[in-house]
Amino acid sequence: MKILVPVKRVADPDNANKVKVSGDGTKVTSDGLEWKMNPFDEWSLEAALRLTENGSSKDRVGEVVLVSIGPKDAVQTIRQGLAMGAERGILVESDDDSLDSHVVAQVIAAIAAEEKPDVIFFGKQSADGDSNVAGTKLAEMLDWPLVNYAMAISTDDEGKSFTVKRELDVGQQTLKVQSPCVFTSSDRILQPESVKNGVTPADFAYPESEGGRYASLKGIMKAKKKPVDEKSLADLGVEAKRVNEYVKFDLPPARSGSTTFVESVEELVQKLHSDAKVL
Amino acid sequence: MSTYLFENDEHRTLRQQVRKFAQARILPNAHEWEEAEEFPLELYAQAAEAEILGIGYPEEVGGGGGDLSHVLVAADEMVLHGKSVGTCVGLGSHGIALPPIVKAGTAEQKERFAKPVLAGRMVSALGITEPGGGSDVASLRTKAVKDGDHYVVNGSKTFITSGCRADFVTCAVRTGGEGHGGISMLIIERDTPGFSVSKKLHKMGWWASDTAELSFEDCRVPVTNLIGQENQGFLIIMQNFVTERLMLAAQCVSIAELAYRETLAYVRERQAFGKKLMGFQVTRHKLADMRTRIAAARALTGECVTRFLRGEPAIGEAAMAKNTATDACMWVCDQAVQLHGGYGYMREYVVERLFRDARLYPIGGGTREIMNEIICKTSGF
Ligand SMILES: Cc1cc2nc3c(=O)[nH]c(=O)nc-3n(C[C@H](O)[C@H](O)[C@H](O)COP(=O)(O)OP(=O)(O)OC[C@H]3O[C@@H](n4cnc5c(N)ncnc54)[C@H](O)[C@@H]3O)c2cc1C
Repeated sequence: MKILVPVKRVADPDNANKVKVSGDGTKVTSDGLEWKMNPFDEWSLEAALRLTENGSSKDRVGEVVLVSIGPKDAVQTIRQGLAMGAERGILVESDDDSLDSHVVAQVIAAIAAEEKPDVIFFGKQSADGDSNVAGTKLAEMLDWPLVNYAMAISTDDEGKSFTVKRELDVGQQTLKVQSPCVFTSSDRILQPESVKNGVTPADFAYPESEGGRYASLKGIMKAKKKPVDEKSLADLGVEAKRVNEYVKFDLPPARSGSTTFVESVEELVQKLHSDAKVL
Repeated sequence: MSTYLFENDEHRTLRQQVRKFAQARILPNAHEWEEAEEFPLELYAQAAEAEILGIGYPEEVGGGGGDLSHVLVAADEMVLHGKSVGTCVGLGSHGIALPPIVKAGTAEQKERFAKPVLAGRMVSALGITEPGGGSDVASLRTKAVKDGDHYVVNGSKTFITSGCRADFVTCAVRTGGEGHGGISMLIIERDTPGFSVSKKLHKMGWWASDTAELSFEDCRVPVTNLIGQENQGFLIIMQNFVTERLMLAAQCVSIAELAYRETLAYVRERQAFGKKLMGFQVTRHKLADMRTRIAAARALTGECVTRFLRGEPAIGEAAMAKNTATDACMWVCDQAVQLHGGYGYMREYVVERLFRDARLYPIGGGTREIMNEIICKTSGF
């Protein structure tokens, strides 16, 4: 089974206060930011790794290929994924400003044509732009089936077909899809028994976790020797032509930092009404 | 300048991984565990699962590879993002208990003791200090007398980190005559009849880490638990001290950095005389001095680690790094409390705890005065 996992670097949400907007308000400046793999991509990567390994012996039985689109530095994000266990990476060089979901979907579609994966496993959205469309757009371009927000996935034919559960407001939906297909994941995909690949023993449970697996030091060292191909948009025949134009970015209003102490519930309600104007 | 000069991409990725662990597993419980003077034993297994315990140990003993530089970086993230020094040092007591076994132990000892510790299934401690004295290691009195294929051990150890919960103690004992030529290292297992934890000690800081007084009464320890050669233990202890002191220096850097960061956040919020504390030049100068001292301590510690890893002599250097870093740490934590005002004296504030934690460092792992003795000796005075 071969799975393509697009991974994006995003500003570390823990340091979100370092994000600045350019003088004219049309872009977010990235100077001095700390980067991290988009947490939603990390969930999908974790699911992809589980689909392509024997969870109990940790033997790899398939291939996970990472793709990141961004400046040269974005190779760090690929290396992190390689350290977690992915086989190889592809860095498509581009500056962050010339990207939108449309360009991203085009790039991944071009890579899919070369790589012919069984699955493309996107994050449901990116933690910075929150657009929520790249995976959907890609499936449309490729004319592949799409399952968004997968919470459980199983296959018993090495990825030729999948049974996928989705979480809905009103309950759960179970679908069957043939590969090649596009998935995005919900956080429930990280639950100990959410991924079954017919290779990992049926009673095996992964440890509870809030994100993808930890990259061990061994994995980090090995990752340095794993191949990362570098490509340009031109190599892939993609023109960096955004369909969205970013008009304006605003930072959230600064917190006032002042604290008011109240004596009673009545006073609190009154202040929430008259001063804070939230009631 | 909040990283070491020796760091490369590998260290950078390692930092992210360890940070994730510290934020998920330690930070939410930091205050509670410190107040309870204990962290749950499960944390060992969790840290092993995240492959943190094995950092710096060779793969043949179940380690994750890497060297002291990786250990330092991992410990830095644990302190900065777990915010519980006691938990980190308790969880890390194998950092001083295992190296003698890994460097000088037999294959069987590595299998029986090193592997389970790195897998998070056993807890280990190092026992050198005795109630009668810690600085003068060569005069230690716990006796081990050979009787057939066992040593019979009598004596006591004190201030032993993780001693209450340790499954075994890597212990310095006297097998020969007076002085450093009569000392051996012995692995003493908890279930040995005659071994007991005589006291859990209550301390000024490092609360989440347990510290014990241990006593040995006619403990029969198999000779197969002897580490290295009989009466050759002093050299093992001295080598172990070098890495211990570099790790302690690095902890000081981490603690000071955390105190600085907490303070920075505080002075940006707190108001006095109609402006933020950050608005006073006096505050900014204090912060500048804090940063500078941390940077200096980090630079020297990093340099000594680099020299050590290159194989250069590092005994005196480790002592210099430790003194520099402990001084910086105590001073920075003091300033941190001061800038927090009354809140800095309150137990709910991290800096109050860091101030208490910091006081250990000029004592543990060899006192400030003993470090100077070592620097004098290695300088030929
Ligand atoms: C929280 C904590 C955890 C610890 N963990 C461990 C552990 O896990 N394992 C372990 O073995 N030990 C541990 N120790 C013990 C520690 O290493 C000793 O406390 C330390 O080495 C000092 O020994 P001492 O307490 O006996 O002091 P002493 O040796 O009695 O020293 C008292 C004072 O005299 C000074 N002094 C002594 N000799 C000289 C000299 N020649 N010249 C000038 N001044 C001198 C010292 O510097 C000190 O100021 C721990 C201690 C603490 C507090």
